[in-house]
Amino acid sequence: MNIYSEITANKRKSWLIIGLFVLFITTLAFIYGKATGYGLSYAGIGLIFAGIISFGSYYYSDKMILSLSKAKQIKKEDNPLLFNTVENLCIGAGLPMPKIYIIDDSAPNAFATGRDPKHSVTCVTTGILEKLNRIELEGVIAHELSHIKNYDIRVMAIVVILVGLVALMADFFMRSLWFGGSRRDSNKGNAQGIFLLIGIVLAILSPIAASLIQLAVSRKREYLADASGVLLTRYPEGLASALEKIAGDKEPLEAANNATAHLYIANPFKGKIQGNWFANLFNTHPPIEERIRILRSM
Amino acid sequence: MEIYIILAVVAIALFVWYTYNSLVTSKVRIKEAFSGIDVQLKRRVDLVPNLVSTVKGYAKHEKELLENVTKARASLMKAQGTTQKAESDNMLSQALKSLIAVSENYPDLKASKNFLELQQELSDIEAKIAYARQFFNSNVAGYNTTLVNFPGSIVGKMFGFKKEDFFEAVESDRKNVKVEF
Repeated sequence: MNIYSEITANKRKSWLIIGLFVLFITTLAFIYGKATGYGLSYAGIGLIFAGIISFGSYYYSDKMILSLSKAKQIKKEDNPLLFNTVENLCIGAGLPMPKIYIIDDSAPNAFATGRDPKHSVTCVTTGILEKLNRIELEGVIAHELSHIKNYDIRVMAIVVILVGLVALMADFFMRSLWFGGSRRDSNKGNAQGIFLLIGIVLAILSPIAASLIQLAVSRKREYLADASGVLLTRYPEGLASALEKIAGDKEPLEAANNATAHLYIANPFKGKIQGNWFANLFNTHPPIEERIRILRSM
Repeated sequence: MEIYIILAVVAIALFVWYTYNSLVTSKVRIKEAFSGIDVQLKRRVDLVPNLVSTVKGYAKHEKELLENVTKARASLMKAQGTTQKAESDNMLSQALKSLIAVSENYPDLKASKNFLELQQELSDIEAKIAYARQFFNSNVAGYNTTLVNFPGSIVGKMFGFKKEDFFEAVESDRKNVKVEF
């Protein structure tokens, strides 16, 4: 695999997953509609709710995570090395300068967020600044800037809206059954019964399936950011060796929590490295050894 | 029957319109990326007077070297057209390299805080120039690829689009560098 084919493949896979996701939701809406006689109103109401909630978090994503993580903004004088690294890579990528923040934590990690390149933010921990050398720092920053350049925050926001939609639809459906609010069409008795059964099974399983899909997209975008970052630095070993150092550091990042974990360059909760395929499905990030292996093969 | 022909013509027209626009947009981006390189080159040129006066303070005997740098800068500012600019910029690069190299002989200069800062700025500017050139090249690559691929090649011929050139290193840059102490 070379850099370009990695990039195309990951873009294609993430959009394929999202496409299948939309198809999945359409099917759910259809089945719920048939089961209760309410047709597409499930999908409609769910979309409005999910949309409003998720849009807010996407729009203010930069402010939210920064206040959650106690990050401090820096100017060029505060850390010329970091500033120049970001500035130079932005020149290479054709991006406007993001705001740069530092989190005071010895666990090495970094993230980027913001709804588009003009309103973007990138943040590193003091751990990264201490433990990585210049070339490795460049690899990490290039990865983060690639998230911004590829509009990954927007892609994940769309996915999150869809996941919320699935959960809400399942919820509405189950509630409507409980409160007996469905319209019974006496002509279609049996068919409606079957849809009802399928609908219940789906209402239970679909939220989990939706989360798995979200995690799959998140992983593909991580691979994509790795490959795009290499296209920027033209030096895969920089990021590979940075990831090795980050993986080797067992300390969990204190500032991270479940809501923000997926934004970081490496899973901030340093549990056991999951070798098992099934357990990996629940990870926001691909396994680090796999990322390092792909980088070193470019 | 006619409706299908009309739809086909409209579809082709839209296709051509879209491809033409993306080619033209690519060309504008290439121009911008080219100016982006100039922005960084200017920073380097602006650094020269400061550098020359700092070195002069410590290394008065290196008159010839200092003059070379000043002359190169002057010729760059007078240069017209891409070839002249590239030649003058090359001269300036070489002169700056010699200046930094010669500073090794002057321990007081090497230790001066001013000089260290200027040296760091110079090396940072060189990195920025390299990234600006890389960005330029990637824009040229995108444009040339569109021009060579299917719909682009036909639309390109229709409207007379030509391939653009990449930034290329000068022969002397391709030689291996010997570092001697």
